[in-house]
Amino acid sequence: MLVLILSVSLSLSVIACGNSNQNNQEESAKQHDHSSMSYEADHSMPTGSEMSMEENKSITHLIDGYLALKSALVQDDSKAAANAGQKLAETTSGLDISTFDAPKQAEIKEILEVLKEHGEHIAKSEIAHQREHFEGMTKDFMELLAQVGTDRTLYQQYCPMYNKGNGGSWLSASQEIKNPLFGSKMLTCGSVKETISMK
Amino acid sequence: MRQWHRVAIGLLFIALVGIQFIPIQRNETEIVSNADFIESYQPPIDIGNMIQSSCYDCHSNQTKYPWYSNVQPIGWLLQNHISEGKSELNLSEFGKLSKRMKRMKINSIISQIADDKMPLKQYLWMHSEAEFSKTEKDQLLKYLTKIQTDNK
Repeated sequence: MLVLILSVSLSLSVIACGNSNQNNQEESAKQHDHSSMSYEADHSMPTGSEMSMEENKSITHLIDGYLALKSALVQDDSKAAANAGQKLAETTSGLDISTFDAPKQAEIKEILEVLKEHGEHIAKSEIAHQREHFEGMTKDFMELLAQVGTDRTLYQQYCPMYNKGNGGSWLSASQEIKNPLFGSKMLTCGSVKETISMK
Repeated sequence: MRQWHRVAIGLLFIALVGIQFIPIQRNETEIVSNADFIESYQPPIDIGNMIQSSCYDCHSNQTKYPWYSNVQPIGWLLQNHISEGKSELNLSEFGKLSKRMKRMKINSIISQIADDKMPLKQYLWMHSEAEFSKTEKDQLLKYLTKIQTDNK
């Protein structure tokens, strides 16, 4: 009986198969250079080099979101990290791009798109993968701060052992090292590489 | 066989035959766009072939459908996989992404392949030719790492 059903349905389906093309258009975006960071050498440890930026309040929610994600990963809490990632992805649409200088807008938009995607992946991944995305987004996040400024002092911290010795960075609101890339396995691996502060 | 058994099997049969007639959208664009990954990066031929045969069925606009894709509901399941795969990564339109987004996508590709999460196990059941040997995997990862470095 079953064989009969399958063979009949197969032969019918061959006749019935439709054919149509599908082609999604994705938005193309332009690439822009940026050079608005101002670096100042600072030899006093442990705050690393200094980078000062315009104060900007509209970025508060994004920084809060990033730091919530960081804390969740420090605590090896994959579920909290997933929630934080989801929230961060949603927050990316809250930044009003039109308030920034026209030449910056394209790059800010691209960064937000990437952050959104990182956040969405973090929302549905296990912790090792969440950490990969978190580490990946840190560079983009710093470039966003360079464009739009910050509302608080942040420290870029670096642990040389992450990713099989290739190293990995993250941002923290305090100088104290609490490593989100290893969590409890290596909580204190790292040092401050750069201090990002308001002008 | 009881009466209601016959009715149930009859109805099932009608349903199975019926669903074969519901038209499905096929993911088969004939023109390869300039934004296509292989077209724009021009990888060495064996690398290109690997990417084509292991990734393009679900991550491009050019799926090579197996015969059983014409049998429903199997075809619908495949279609789901394909649209999910394309929403994460569409190699036919890779060139349209921003440089920043490309960097992120290539990072993810490298990590998925290195961790043997891609190609999907379910895909390999029916496409054993899509599985990478150890050497192939190393070659591919080396290539992807290289374009990542060049991209920076």
